[in-house]
Amino acid sequence: MAEPAPSGLAFLAQHAGTLPGVVRCGLEGGELVLHAGRADLVALLTALRDDRRFSCEQLMELCGVDWPERAERFDVVYMLLSVSLNHRVRVVVPTSAEAPVPSVHTLWPVATWFEREAWDLFGITFSDQPDLRRILTDYGFSGHPLRKDFPLTGYVEVRYDEDQKRVVNEPVTLTQDFRNFDFVSPWEGMVTLPGDEKAHTDRQKAASANTVSIKDSK
Amino acid sequence: MPDGIRTHGFDGTHPTTPSEDKAGTTKVVEVDNHTINFGPQHPAAHGVLRLILEMDGEVVERADPHIGLLHRGTEKLIEYKTYLQALPYFDRLDYVSPMCMEHTWILAQEKLLGIAAPERGRWIRTMFAEITRVLNHLLNVTTYALDVGAITPSLWGFEEREKLLHFYEAVSGARYHSNYFRVGGVARDLPVGLAEQIAAWADTFPTFIDELEQLLTSNRIWKQRTVDIGIMSAEEALAWGFSGPPLRASGVPWDLRKSQPYDMYEQVEFDIPVARNGDCYDRYLVRMAEMRQSVYIIQQCLEQMQPGPVKIEDRKFTAPRRQEMKRSMEALIHHFKLYTEGYHIPAGSTYTATESPKGEFGVYLIADGSNRPYRCKIRPTGFAHLQAIEHMSKRHMLADAVAIIGSIDVVFGEIDR
Repeated sequence: MAEPAPSGLAFLAQHAGTLPGVVRCGLEGGELVLHAGRADLVALLTALRDDRRFSCEQLMELCGVDWPERAERFDVVYMLLSVSLNHRVRVVVPTSAEAPVPSVHTLWPVATWFEREAWDLFGITFSDQPDLRRILTDYGFSGHPLRKDFPLTGYVEVRYDEDQKRVVNEPVTLTQDFRNFDFVSPWEGMVTLPGDEKAHTDRQKAASANTVSIKDSK
Repeated sequence: MPDGIRTHGFDGTHPTTPSEDKAGTTKVVEVDNHTINFGPQHPAAHGVLRLILEMDGEVVERADPHIGLLHRGTEKLIEYKTYLQALPYFDRLDYVSPMCMEHTWILAQEKLLGIAAPERGRWIRTMFAEITRVLNHLLNVTTYALDVGAITPSLWGFEEREKLLHFYEAVSGARYHSNYFRVGGVARDLPVGLAEQIAAWADTFPTFIDELEQLLTSNRIWKQRTVDIGIMSAEEALAWGFSGPPLRASGVPWDLRKSQPYDMYEQVEFDIPVARNGDCYDRYLVRMAEMRQSVYIIQQCLEQMQPGPVKIEDRKFTAPRRQEMKRSMEALIHHFKLYTEGYHIPAGSTYTATESPKGEFGVYLIADGSNRPYRCKIRPTGFAHLQAIEHMSKRHMLADAVAIIGSIDVVFGEIDR
């Protein structure tokens, strides 16, 4: 796969460090990624769009990512594309369920639906977005399905009720419990076997003793 | 819903009184704003689009698409599947161009894994991506014409599509949901004789495009319905996130196959058709020209393809041959591990995009080192195009909204995910 010349992107990464609100930036697997704060987001994206060095005319994608173990659990990710200079820039902005992210629909009208989607699926709010309706889920849906704590099977299921002559929502009933297999290899993932803790601590002691002895010998 | 047009007798007090005709029986037609519900079950909605149209008489004031009626939670499901199991979900996104959907998913994984398919595998993928492009454009152009009132193109086009679906079936065993591309190549080699069949088809297909063009390109009714309808300037198209034929119809010469080439696109010659006006007619013209280029690419693929392996011989990613499994314990273990646990992708993230027939189709894949994606965001092409329908159909007639929907080539498997 041919990328735009990597030297060009590295050059771009140096310039990107000076833009407003950029916390850190760099190349991740040959793709330019900027990590930025919420406060200066609009200024940053405006600069990326209008600055001649970047000229990212297009916002191709905007999406949420959920990291439930973090204090600010969401990332909002912006994929920008420059059709004049042929490069892509990715901007990652952390946020929480409460803190709104400034909307960029004034910069790119296409952002409206992407922001609606992030709201619908993750519950990320966008300030100054006049049209924050749900978009992909059903009318009257509650919850944000792409959050990691939302079960795959959901909470309600729909069926047509012959007696009431309408579609009804009911709590999900599973004939078999949902099975989520753990694929961690026992050779790599499991350090101690159940009931084998003593042998494990002995092994660790022996290992640490070993390293000491190596040091001593040197 | 208010009943739209009320006709009543002339009472002489109406402010917009037209001049009375000689008999003195002039009627005033009073037209008021009303809302109509277009779809979700409408033959011209291309699937399950529900469009709320606010009309001023027969003129569209506001168009509010309601989508999500085909939402199946693909992104959520993929998070619970191994990388191999997630592949068939991609066929079901844009079900009109299944292999192009697979292509992006495979390339994103290959990028994170740092592996490359052998040459023949990449030639086959490139060729089938182009066959898929013809498959998609044939469906779009002909059903678009059907929406606008021409029935014959769809009858002709579907016959041609049948031949292409035969090629799909020959390599993958399925006419639509092919599940054919794999990390490190394709599932299996072309069956004996298929290359000749494709070559024979590629020789005759340009004649078919000529015939189709005779039906439409200079057809007066077709032009009346499409020229200057739904115009997007280059600036607007960029701001609204357009890509693919709609972007090129607005005069932006941008094609990922040229600008950020993947697989074998660097080694084939082809032109990027670009139009100038950005209206429905130009979007049609771009697609017709693209089909000719696709045939040209397919012919080059067939010429340059050499015999050889179609997938990498790494047993962590591709299954061993059945013969081997009868004799080798290791092969059996590899087969079992691949189809239960799958392969692990090292932690990292990528946004990989390809030029699908509809435009830029991207996958934002976050891997956490396990055998399942942590997050897989699919960038649907039609999502951005459909959003602009409000902008494009404003102050157009209701019938023009139908032409606009046809011209942006929406498929709801992909938009709703």
